[in-house]
Amino acid sequence: RRQDVLTVTPWLAPIVWEGTFDPEILDSAYRPLNLTIGVTAFAVGKYTRFVRRFLDSAEQHFLRGYRVNYYIFTDSPQSIPQPQLQPGRSLLTVPVQRQPSWQEISMRRMEAISRHLAQERHRQVQYLFCLDIDMVFHNPWGPETLGDMVAAIHPGYFDVPREQFPYERRSSSAAFIPEGEGDFYYGGAVFGGLVEKVYEFTKMCHMTILADKANGIMAAWQEESHLNRHFLSHKPSKLLSPEYIWDDRKPQPPQIRLIRFSTVNKSYKEVRN
Amino acid sequence: RRDVLVLTPWLAPIVWEGTFSRDILDAQYLQKNLLTGVVTFALEKYWFFIEGFMSSANKYFLAGHPVNFYLFTDSPEKIPHLQMAPENHLFVIPVQDDPRWQGISRSHMDILSSYIQRQFQHEVDYLYWVDINVQLLAHVGVEIIDALVATISSWQVTPQQDKASETHPESQSAIPEGQGDFYYTASFYGGSVAEVYKLSRACSAGLVEDTENGIEGPWHHESHLNRYLLQHRPTRLLSPEYYWDTEL
Repeated sequence: RRQDVLTVTPWLAPIVWEGTFDPEILDSAYRPLNLTIGVTAFAVGKYTRFVRRFLDSAEQHFLRGYRVNYYIFTDSPQSIPQPQLQPGRSLLTVPVQRQPSWQEISMRRMEAISRHLAQERHRQVQYLFCLDIDMVFHNPWGPETLGDMVAAIHPGYFDVPREQFPYERRSSSAAFIPEGEGDFYYGGAVFGGLVEKVYEFTKMCHMTILADKANGIMAAWQEESHLNRHFLSHKPSKLLSPEYIWDDRKPQPPQIRLIRFSTVNKSYKEVRN
Repeated sequence: RRDVLVLTPWLAPIVWEGTFSRDILDAQYLQKNLLTGVVTFALEKYWFFIEGFMSSANKYFLAGHPVNFYLFTDSPEKIPHLQMAPENHLFVIPVQDDPRWQGISRSHMDILSSYIQRQFQHEVDYLYWVDINVQLLAHVGVEIIDALVATISSWQVTPQQDKASETHPESQSAIPEGQGDFYYTASFYGGSVAEVYKLSRACSAGLVEDTENGIEGPWHHESHLNRYLLQHRPTRLLSPEYYWDTEL
């Protein structure tokens, strides 16, 4: 039980923190469903160097004991390691085109994911998570994260007032959120849910990204701005606390008892050309 | 709300005043174009409660949203003229109080599941059972709408003290020592039509089996409900604020 943090949103979506749930009860509810959970991650250009650590740590901590399909979207499938995986888990590479800038790569993720889901007629997975590749699992990520539409609270903004959220503030952008509106600031590095919901969501984001492109505007935080716009009008059914989307450069405050998934320390200059 | 538990260990929200924004939830409900039904039984002398129930329900139950009221009764001629809110509909369903069926509760679950199958599933998205002998005193809104919803009883009864488990441990409804999360009341529960169908089928089957083994009791219906909800945990709980103890 947690009394130091908000654990339910005003639209009655649970916010998952350590101490709010019993992993055994959830496991006993989800295991019998025989689920396969998908993970998408983009390893384009120099970002292929993060794949090994991502996969190794996922094998240790991500939905351990469940069937998992990793979908690594990459422009160089040959440079993707194929580590030994636990039984019931598999890795597939999905080819994507390399883009001229890291912002472009980032923005195109919504398009690539929705296109991939549109083509996958035989649904191999029931739930799907879309994660950043330059991150590592440090602690268990279990079925407490499963839900119809799941978003994660950005680690830099979980404890600040709404006025400081870096929403897109230009009204000419399709990702525009006016002052005085907004529930949370969600991070673009983690989102997920039922496959159909993720498909609708990524399609919608892709549409608004295209609309901005046609107007010659790029949102403040690329697709993260569009993600926030869409989660405002179509609220997530479950929120993950920043335990699930941490930034290791930040000092760990008392509300964060456990870091489950966080950024790899890297030089941005090095990987973003 | 920091003074109460607002989330179960399986991450189902527990609805208390102050934990939600009805405006946001209303907007979501409208966005999805949903229709909700209420099932209630007025058998034998219980026809007396119809007027009070319908009047308070029209005023407070999902006010502003269309609701289908399914009123099962064995004396339809005794139903007084009822003032329904313009968006609501009343369906009076006559039933025969079959003397073969001992224990009114058992026939309720049976009737409910068969009517869901033949009619309700085609008419509503969500369905709630409400005992006829309750009077709503405040708004009960769309915060109750979720897949499988149960109301925490205001009695301080722990599952182990549950009457049926005590007197008849061999009953299909008995909850083993040490288990059980909350004690739910049978006077107000519901959810999606699919979930309520599964629940009513399971409880009905359990009740039949018990009756065949000669086990009956006034709290029987409720015991089976609790047993089912232990194995199929509710996706949302309503706090005792939503429970109107008809014996108080």
